[in-house]
Amino acid sequence: MLRTTPFHSRTAPLCEAQNWRRWAGYVTAGSYELTHDREYHAIRSSAALFDVSPLFKYEIRGRDAVRFLDRVVTRDVSKCVPGQVLYTPWCDEAGKVMDDGTLSRLEDDTFRLTAAEPNLRWLLDNAPGMDVEIADVSDSLAALSLQGPNARSILGSASDGAVDGLGFFRLTTARVKDVSVTVTRTGYTGDLGYEIWVDASDAPRLWDVLMDAGGPYGITPAGILALDVARIEAGLILIDVDYVPAHRAIIEDRKSSPFELGLGWTVKLDKGAFVGRSALVEEKRRGPEWELRGLEVSWESLEEVYTEVGLPPQLPSVAWRTSVPVYSQGKQVGYATSGCWSPILKKYIALAHLHASHSRPGTDVHMEVTVEHQRRRAKARVVETPFFNPERKRAAK
Amino acid sequence: MSAGHRYDAIVIGGGHNGLVNAAYLARAGKRVVVLEKRHVLGGAAVTEEIYPGFKYSVCSYVVSLLRPEIIRDLDLPRHGLEILPLESTLTPLPDGDHLVRWADHDQTRRELYRHSPRDAEAYDDFGKLMYQLAVAVKPILAMVPPDPTSLSPKDLLGFGRLARHFRGLGEEQFHALFKLMTMSAADYLDEWFETEPLKATMSASGIIGTFLGPRSPGTAYVLLHHYLGEIDGAMRAWGFPRGGTGGVSESIAGAARRFGADIRTEAGVAQVIVKNGKAVGVALENGDEIRAPVVVSALDPKRTFLEMVEPKDLPDDFVDAIRRFKIRGSSGKVNLSLSELPDFTCLPGMGPHLRGAISISPSVDYLERAYDDAKYGAFSRRPYMDIIIPSMIDPGMAPPGKHVMSIFVQYAPSDLDGGWDETKREAFGDAVIDTLAEYAPNLPGAILHRQVLTPWDIEREMGLTQGNIFHGELTLQQLFCMRPTVGWADFTTPVRNYYQCGSGTHPGGGITGASGRLAALKILGGRPR
Repeated sequence: MLRTTPFHSRTAPLCEAQNWRRWAGYVTAGSYELTHDREYHAIRSSAALFDVSPLFKYEIRGRDAVRFLDRVVTRDVSKCVPGQVLYTPWCDEAGKVMDDGTLSRLEDDTFRLTAAEPNLRWLLDNAPGMDVEIADVSDSLAALSLQGPNARSILGSASDGAVDGLGFFRLTTARVKDVSVTVTRTGYTGDLGYEIWVDASDAPRLWDVLMDAGGPYGITPAGILALDVARIEAGLILIDVDYVPAHRAIIEDRKSSPFELGLGWTVKLDKGAFVGRSALVEEKRRGPEWELRGLEVSWESLEEVYTEVGLPPQLPSVAWRTSVPVYSQGKQVGYATSGCWSPILKKYIALAHLHASHSRPGTDVHMEVTVEHQRRRAKARVVETPFFNPERKRAAK
Repeated sequence: MSAGHRYDAIVIGGGHNGLVNAAYLARAGKRVVVLEKRHVLGGAAVTEEIYPGFKYSVCSYVVSLLRPEIIRDLDLPRHGLEILPLESTLTPLPDGDHLVRWADHDQTRRELYRHSPRDAEAYDDFGKLMYQLAVAVKPILAMVPPDPTSLSPKDLLGFGRLARHFRGLGEEQFHALFKLMTMSAADYLDEWFETEPLKATMSASGIIGTFLGPRSPGTAYVLLHHYLGEIDGAMRAWGFPRGGTGGVSESIAGAARRFGADIRTEAGVAQVIVKNGKAVGVALENGDEIRAPVVVSALDPKRTFLEMVEPKDLPDDFVDAIRRFKIRGSSGKVNLSLSELPDFTCLPGMGPHLRGAISISPSVDYLERAYDDAKYGAFSRRPYMDIIIPSMIDPGMAPPGKHVMSIFVQYAPSDLDGGWDETKREAFGDAVIDTLAEYAPNLPGAILHRQVLTPWDIEREMGLTQGNIFHGELTLQQLFCMRPTVGWADFTTPVRNYYQCGSGTHPGGGITGASGRLAALKILGGRPR
């Protein structure tokens, strides 16, 4: 039996499409409406509300919390002040990524870590000898993500003002009407947005309050299909789609280092010892073999391959999550793992793993497209991610 | 300012086509200046806050066929272009029933089935045929019309290309195309459907902006336009622009500026300066002169040729042709600020139907009667209306919890019996509200502010001759190589170095930008003569 989230009593009646998707053993909405278009546009033009409760959440507290976390994750936790949030991956001893998530410093010695997969055992295994308690709060803590240009106005109108000046990747406790919550200015859309963490028993009430306050601002419940497009535009990777967690990889080749996933900026080699450090020092010296980049598929080229069969270009209506070969001069030089038509950029984009020899932005490659059952290749250009990065994402006001 | 040649080109009129034209010229390295008479850019594609806190897309209210190549070439998304979905069309009926076409195929089929099981299936067949035709016709939008009277290789080649596009059509499609080019929308749809509100709502797209009724021959072909937009379906070049239609103009202006174009508002042009049959610059209304080797007019053909230049600089037959060019205004616009949403008797309360188009077109007879009024010089007492509630799609168009409503109204003849004045304008506005109140009784009580635009207002404020929204009717005798007139459909004019790029040139009509782009390509390709 799949489980339902603490918001299910609210999301179920709204899910007209009955399009439910599995997420970490829970059911969550794929889309609420019959098509996800409007949900997507809400993220970019008004505000979208996502139920992200299925995330795994761990609370880490104790005198050695910083020391412990610094041992596990690649970012420098000692530099994270209370009220700050870090995005970080963590690696195995070989420097290969196991998972990624956000780490919030709630208080001096209290942190909350989110993860896409269960990580309790890994955390416990790394804790011996340290004064730290690790609690799995996945079930007791529910979460909503409110994303889009109107997100601040909505939270502002429903809460005690604590959120107004909240900076990018900062957190605060707040009262949303009569509900006590933690708000982090984070999200998976690359837009202005917040994630709101609430005791599971208060979840339905929080949903009601936000939907009520958000009505005049165009708040729209949104599902995974819309989120998937937004996160590709934001260049944000997805576990099991864009990378295989190291401890689940059956063969060595499936594993990826942070450098290979475009997460080199999260690896703080000078912070002292941490799991995977020596392997990462070595990889940094050598340079990574692969790099994760954006691809922009050429419209003209796409038009050409479709015109040959008498059709206008057929664009994917939802984001795809398959492995698609990328070529240069007839030789395969990589593979794309996620792609979509970006409605806001009006471009066909993809995230691709490219061999370092072909990963320089500006490089011209070819991506495979299937046109009327035939494998064809369309021109594409290697670009930096994020594809879409609006100022409002980080803006103070 | 009479300093020599500071610019390579002057574009008269900062409507969307003028801006597209300037952007393409600037992109090719030309020094361009755009001169707009009003204080805002966009011409008829403009957003204005006439009542505090409420934003109106004053005239044009949706973007229909904005050319995808323009979106790409000018990178308009980077300059803020964002097109939001406008997915359904509701036709409320006087008997309390309704017809809705939804974004979802099955939902639409079921709804049509309720009215006619036959039509529910015919709708798909019709859609497929129109799509195929649209694919065949679409390249025409991106082509400089060849001159049928010319034997020059370029023109012959143009017709050769045209023939090639149609050669691919099967027999059924060719016949359908022929019918579309000759029949009335109502007659053509009669061959397919039996549901009145469906036929009426579809045929309404054939009469928008023309001084014709649904039973007038030549109105069928515009049905294709809807499906031309469909080709770019996933691309979504069709829908509601965030921030109103002014958002489209602003994004194009942003692109033009990035390429180095100079854009001036409150800079009305009085006259194009012509020396020895050659345009050499413009004189502004404030007396200043600006010189440039190329002058482009984005104004309608009447203004471009009968006002901006002296008739003596043009051949007589050309002047006659432009005088005969049909530009009768037939529509008006009502913009409302609302304290609450309209509550439709047929579908009470808040619902997804309020996020799409709402069409007051219950039957073909209803539309034809509305036309009858106009034929004899009156505005329609019960007009055809195409309505959207922009604040339901983009909440930023109104203060939180409040709404704006955009009502396109037809018919409002430009040559109203006795002429338009303020009293008649408000009487026209009342007819609109009274008609709507029959379908949504709470509407009159929810109005905080009302703006009524008749062709008279549109001419005076936006500078569209006779208030014609398309710079000249989109009827067959005024399209393609006939737009605005035979021999001058390639964006050149009888005055050397004077070009035209408004909607009065091919392909014309709606926010497509195609005229502005094609004219720029023509200017850049052919050296000024």
